[in-house]
Amino acid sequence: MTSIRDRRVVVTGLGATTPLGGTATQTWEAALAGRSGARPMDFEWVGKYDLPVTFAAMVATPPEQVLTKVETRRLDPSSQYALIAAREAWSDAGRPEVEPERLGVAVGSGIGGVWTLLDQWDNLREKGPRRVYPLAVPMLMPNGPAAAVSLDLGARAGAHTPVSACASGAEAMGYAIEMIRSGRADVVVAGGTEAAVHPLPIAGFAAMQALSTRNDEPERASRPYDTGRDGFVLGEGSALIVVEAEEHARARGARIYAELASVGMSADAHHITAPEPQGSGASRAMVAAVERADLSLTDIVHINAHATSTPVGDVAEYNAIKRAFGDHTESIAVTATKSMTGHLLGAAGAIEAIFTILSVHHRTVPATINLEDPDPEIPLDVVTGKALTLPEGDVAALNNSFGFGGHNVALAVRSL
Amino acid sequence: MAQSEQEILAGLAEIVNEETGLDTASVEMDKSFTEDLDIDSLSMMTIVVNAEEKFGVRIPDDEVKNLKTVRDAVTFIANAQS
Repeated sequence: MTSIRDRRVVVTGLGATTPLGGTATQTWEAALAGRSGARPMDFEWVGKYDLPVTFAAMVATPPEQVLTKVETRRLDPSSQYALIAAREAWSDAGRPEVEPERLGVAVGSGIGGVWTLLDQWDNLREKGPRRVYPLAVPMLMPNGPAAAVSLDLGARAGAHTPVSACASGAEAMGYAIEMIRSGRADVVVAGGTEAAVHPLPIAGFAAMQALSTRNDEPERASRPYDTGRDGFVLGEGSALIVVEAEEHARARGARIYAELASVGMSADAHHITAPEPQGSGASRAMVAAVERADLSLTDIVHINAHATSTPVGDVAEYNAIKRAFGDHTESIAVTATKSMTGHLLGAAGAIEAIFTILSVHHRTVPATINLEDPDPEIPLDVVTGKALTLPEGDVAALNNSFGFGGHNVALAVRSL
Repeated sequence: MAQSEQEILAGLAEIVNEETGLDTASVEMDKSFTEDLDIDSLSMMTIVVNAEEKFGVRIPDDEVKNLKTVRDAVTFIANAQS
């Protein structure tokens, strides 16, 4: 008999609302078609605050079109997106029958309920304490999305919120693996959410010169690995998956996309925002993910890179990949889907995990767009032009996510 | 300006609908906020504050616990307006 620590964790459901589409399927199809989710921000506050960046990648389907009026009123947008993604993922998984005490939730967020926090601050200043909404605190707390999903699904094994900036969504999926391997749960809904297309985070990211200012060409602004890259494009949305102990999924005859084989994590302890330039921390996360999945480095045929389109970050990730994989690096098909989605911060690792899972499942890797003049400092085999077909047989892939603070997370996905 | 009880009831029903999604027609004079309409204390505070703004009255926190039925609230608001 296999012990609980040997339990394989498989993916049985996918859900998302992103700049590319209101569902995981729409998002995947748009990525295969090479579409960009970036567009001008048509909000009065862009001019009011004279923001230096006037575009972003907003969700394609406004939550009001999907949720009830009461749900949109009582939930911060970050929770709204998570609820939409959770319901799709749960339905996609065939609504597994599972005891509530064996069903868990792990939903990360980079920033939390920033809209609620600052709207209610305005209410306090302009109208006084009585006009602060009684649900302000549960709406703004970063665990609000995990709690909303737990309430909606009746999940009682535990509801958790890993917070590691732009690695949060991937870390939450890693947490889900651990929940199942340690025997705390049989099924977990996991991923990330973010709703920070708000003037304050935009001004903050712009002040640190992290954002692209290609205001005249939003769709061409996110260009990982291109010599013309000048920063990331802020995105928003949520992506959640249903993961299950393999025996649980098999017993109910569930459709299995792939195995979520392992997570590797590390911290740089180098600088609060800058990646360690030689990529030692990120490479340790990748190697750990490969080893914990009982894979060899040469088994990895594809990496969905973090690749945010910043001048420094893309090079540091290349150095980390090269450090981890050595000569095998040139045999790995790399793609940077942020070229299409923009950077979903706390949901980035989660939507990219879904892309990695679907790439392994369908043997198809979406191409990186806007890569017209490859940076000679980054000699990776990047998928461009059209989607790449992966080989038949057993394949394995990695999804990299890194966050401000030096957080490194790599997820390993294996075909089944 | 004083409003009729029917006008206050209609306005209150709109506030309840906005906060809870309950059909305005279900907000009837003899309904209990907690037992019939299933409105929790957090929603009740939001309804009270929105009613203060809509009807131009002040509903002290101490008074909220006495507003058990819709009629209690309508009567309080009507008296406060006059």
